[in-house]
Amino acid sequence: MTITPSAARAALLEQAGQRILITDGAFGTEIQNWKLSEADYAGNLGLSRDQKGNNDILALTAPHVPESIHRAYFAAGADIAETNTFSANRISQADYGAEHLVREINLESAKLARRVADEFQSDDGRPRFVAGAIGPTNKTLSLSPDVNDPGFREIDWDFLVEVYREQAEALVEGGADFILVETVFDTLNAKAAIMAVRLLEQQLGREVPIMLSMTLTDLSGRNLSGHTVEAFWYAVRHARPVTIGLNCSFGAAQLRPHVRALSQIADTLIMVYPNAGLPNELGQYDEMPATTAGLVHEWAEHGQVNVLGGCCGSTPEHIAAIARSVQGLPPRTLPQHRTATALAGLEPFVMA
Amino acid sequence: MTTETATRPSGSSFVNVGERTNVTGSAAFKKLILAGDYTKAVEVARQQVENGAQIIDVNMDEGLLDAVHAMTTFLKLIAAEPDIARVPVMIDSSKWEVIEAGLKCVSGKPIVNSISMKEGEEAFLAHARKCMDYGAAVVVMAFDEKGQADTKVRKVEICERAYKLLTGIGFPAEDIIFDPNVFAVATGIEEHDRYALDFIEAAREIRARCPHVHISGGLSNLSFSFRGNETVRRAMHSVFLYHAIPAGMDMAIVNAGQLDIYDQIDPVLREACEDVLLMRHPDATERLITLAESYKGKDAVAEKAAEEWRGWDVVRRLEHALVKGIDLYVVEDTEEARAEIFARGGRPIEVIEGPLMQGMNTVGDLFGSGKMFLPQVVKSARVMKKAVAHLIPFIEAEKEEGARPKGRIIMATVKGDVHDIGKNIVGVVLQCNGYEVIDLGVMVPWSKILEVAKAEDVDMIGLSGLITPSLDEMVTVAEEMQRAGFTIPLLIGGATTSKVHTALRIDPAYDGPVVHVLDASRAVGVASQLLSDTQRDGFVEATAGEYQHVRDLRAGKEASVLLSLADARANAYLPDLSEKAPPPEQPGIHVFPEWDLADLAECIDWTPFFRAWELAGNYPAILDDEIVGESARSLYADARKMLDQVIAEKWFTAKGVAGFWPCHREEDDVVLYLPEEERHVRLPFLRQQIRKSRDRKNMCLADFIDPQGDWLGGFAVGIHGIEPHLARFQAAHDDYNDILLKALADRFAEAFAERLHQHVRTTLWAYAPGEQLTNEALIKEQYRGIRPAPGYPACPDHTLKPILFDLLNATENTGITLTESQAMLPTAAVSGFYLAHPESEYFGVARIGRDQVEDYAVRRGFDLATTERWLRPNLD
Repeated sequence: MTITPSAARAALLEQAGQRILITDGAFGTEIQNWKLSEADYAGNLGLSRDQKGNNDILALTAPHVPESIHRAYFAAGADIAETNTFSANRISQADYGAEHLVREINLESAKLARRVADEFQSDDGRPRFVAGAIGPTNKTLSLSPDVNDPGFREIDWDFLVEVYREQAEALVEGGADFILVETVFDTLNAKAAIMAVRLLEQQLGREVPIMLSMTLTDLSGRNLSGHTVEAFWYAVRHARPVTIGLNCSFGAAQLRPHVRALSQIADTLIMVYPNAGLPNELGQYDEMPATTAGLVHEWAEHGQVNVLGGCCGSTPEHIAAIARSVQGLPPRTLPQHRTATALAGLEPFVMA
Repeated sequence: MTTETATRPSGSSFVNVGERTNVTGSAAFKKLILAGDYTKAVEVARQQVENGAQIIDVNMDEGLLDAVHAMTTFLKLIAAEPDIARVPVMIDSSKWEVIEAGLKCVSGKPIVNSISMKEGEEAFLAHARKCMDYGAAVVVMAFDEKGQADTKVRKVEICERAYKLLTGIGFPAEDIIFDPNVFAVATGIEEHDRYALDFIEAAREIRARCPHVHISGGLSNLSFSFRGNETVRRAMHSVFLYHAIPAGMDMAIVNAGQLDIYDQIDPVLREACEDVLLMRHPDATERLITLAESYKGKDAVAEKAAEEWRGWDVVRRLEHALVKGIDLYVVEDTEEARAEIFARGGRPIEVIEGPLMQGMNTVGDLFGSGKMFLPQVVKSARVMKKAVAHLIPFIEAEKEEGARPKGRIIMATVKGDVHDIGKNIVGVVLQCNGYEVIDLGVMVPWSKILEVAKAEDVDMIGLSGLITPSLDEMVTVAEEMQRAGFTIPLLIGGATTSKVHTALRIDPAYDGPVVHVLDASRAVGVASQLLSDTQRDGFVEATAGEYQHVRDLRAGKEASVLLSLADARANAYLPDLSEKAPPPEQPGIHVFPEWDLADLAECIDWTPFFRAWELAGNYPAILDDEIVGESARSLYADARKMLDQVIAEKWFTAKGVAGFWPCHREEDDVVLYLPEEERHVRLPFLRQQIRKSRDRKNMCLADFIDPQGDWLGGFAVGIHGIEPHLARFQAAHDDYNDILLKALADRFAEAFAERLHQHVRTTLWAYAPGEQLTNEALIKEQYRGIRPAPGYPACPDHTLKPILFDLLNATENTGITLTESQAMLPTAAVSGFYLAHPESEYFGVARIGRDQVEDYAVRRGFDLATTERWLRPNLD
């Protein structure tokens, strides 16, 4: 069957050819500012468990909250909105007894992000994009939770693929341009997400471009499943991602060497959205917008990035500061793909 | 040939694929897999990588095996071994279902070995597309509908056709590896003589016609005729590669540890091999067979060379095994260490406290400094567990009767947080070290943690959380532990936790030991010290000192948000004193030695009862709840049944006392007058000092008392008689009824407090004689006056309890006693003050300043240190 190419991919590439694009910032910390009560979260859905902390469900119970955050980020200069759906998958929602609402949460989240994006686009004519965000779930395909049985896995591939497919389907139906597989702590989970999107493409008969974003769990530059950034890139390059990059875990200062490494080998757009520094001892992010902007400005100056944004602790002020700091700087040009067999275990292996 | 330079087939462009984890190529590996000995099988893979395999080939095609199961089991196991998993995997099977099952277990980018056109183009391309979707390179066998390619022409023709098909569907050319079939030579069959030469020539041709592809082959076939003669086989393989590599072969499935350096092969043997492989003499095969006889039994190569560490002393061996996560020899090494220690009169536990802990500490340090990562630590923990398991019988044997096992620990991710990977890992590490871990899972409310801690009599509680709001929840758990009179250690861990937060916020909320555990690898060290008879006190003291130091460094930094005590007093709440309650109609002390249980049962607030059982919802609506209704109904039925029995058979005795005293306010104190004894009693209260916004007041309970003369009441109620029934349930291992009864006793105590307060308002004090409240309104506290309890937010000093008890002669009148930490026994008990002013309300004192602590110490009659100890939750 033929798969219709994505117009959004072409449009994003066209924009990225002209300037460094801006994606949005944190939702979790912004939502906290609303000081929502259990009742605000729970709405009248009648769920049996406490919903406080279930940020994704706000799409159904308090849609004005994510909507106003999207609005604030677009107003701050964002080109891309990431849907507030990080945990809107069957596995994570089961912790809240809300797994039957997965489709609805994603559909509504994507719709509201789309609506705000279209509004801003029609106001100033600048294209705005919606990335349907898919988190890793809190289960891993690569690690055993039981030390006595290292071969044990809590979930299997086919199950996880279906979990991701369900979420991606609703996001795309709601109007997401891309599927953003973010905060990848387990590379095999990301590969399952890629497979899920491939299945969705077959189902829809059109291309659903993927964005991939890995998260590091230690300063040596590996994620939880143990992959280095290079190994990660080789493990997922078959996804033909429209962007590849890093988010969360550390601040821009700590990500610097890994952004450079990825930038040198990946023949696609680089998107990085770091935390606003490291949390202080009290768990708060106190890096000032100007500091974050200064750090990511350095990457931009060295031609290492195409899309910038923020993760935990970042605010619309951070995004505005980043947007200002990279304005007018040329975007990274993609490196020529080197035709070599690149394999990967936890570490990259390239055959000459 | 001696003039040629030595070339080892591991040059930069040549890739060794380890072949030993292949049941068709290694009899030893096949034996292990058939016997289900995956531990040793994993060691085979490790040796392969240590010996230089850059990729490892895994093949489970054996008729007696469930190949899908064996493949996925083995792949998942090696995924847990970072020393192995660092290299890519080659998933090797002739069955597509085995390959696909394998692809679902392998992260990174593997190689599929193999696909071919054996079943036609359609199946070939379908498999190739799947490989693209899974993100894998492929080995393509030179095999088509007609069969396997044996001649140079067929090899080239099939590979070229496959290349065109693959690149036609967008398969990356660089991800194609051709295997043009290595067949056995020197078989005595003339047609086989050309096989090696055909392979080499075909390789050259394929590389020329198909840009970017690679050529691979399995070497063991080649020397099949010389099975049992390792010297000759190794020489043949080395010589073959020596010639095939320049022709374009850049990958081979070989035993990387068993390749000889070309130059170092006996020249006679080397030349004989070359004659065979390159067909340089018609009688080459004959000559090699003759020559081979003289090399039989000479393969005494030190295969164990890589096992050098096995020669080290036992302490170093154990450390090495822990750091590397090798559990193969750990039992024998542990036994050796135990025997050594035993020989010099030591105890088996010393193996754990000595070499094993030393090894784990090294692991902890490496992990902490980023030189090891999580999967390795988990693996080390497994080695530790095996060592400990071996020691346990010895430790048990020397133990006295009835001695406790090593320790029981609750692990929980706090309410509002669903991240549990870190917690699970810590749990696993602790289990490995012989602790019993009760894992309560994620989103665990403090009530459940405390309930289980009580019910299971645990030695320690471990809290985990990843998101920032969890920090506050951990403080809540600590506060509630304090309130419930716990003294066991509390461990804090998780990504956003820190020593500073623990020191500033959590440690002060709880008087028992609080320890921030930096990462999973530290958990065992912390737990073992906290449970060690000899090390506990020193460790607790050192940690507390450290946290105090952190707090000292912070002192003053946040003082600005607090008002001075004088300013706070200036902003006191001023009630309309003309509205104060009249004097009680029945002053003095009133004792209720046996309040009717049936009467109390009617005032029970059932909502907290269900919450205690993790059933969310308000009573009675919860009984019809769509989701939990059924469980709630069943629980409620059981509770009502037990309740009826409790009442009918008088399991409990509800004892209470209430009293009223004339008083007046002096600044923040309330001074009582006891007319019969002709003495005054001073009750000091604490005032809020946090700067308030707008016109909100800095409250103190004394604010509700008239300086010109007023009245204050007090009460204590307790539910006695639960113990024999609990003992009965526990003896029957009936946890359900045990918890049910405790929960009911607590409900009775609360109901008694509510009921007695009502009796006070309407009859004893009688400031609200006409009060007509429904049970529901009663539960919602829709009445005049409050009954704050010492140790709760409005009156955080627990030490007001002994004063109150003294005023009420409570111990004699109700049988309730106080522990040294001012917890009430029986635990189902409530005590507090009565304030009757209509404007009186509950509030939290929260953080107070040093000036108030000093002032309070004088008023309370304590020295400063004692005061600080009791008020710690309200201090920085």
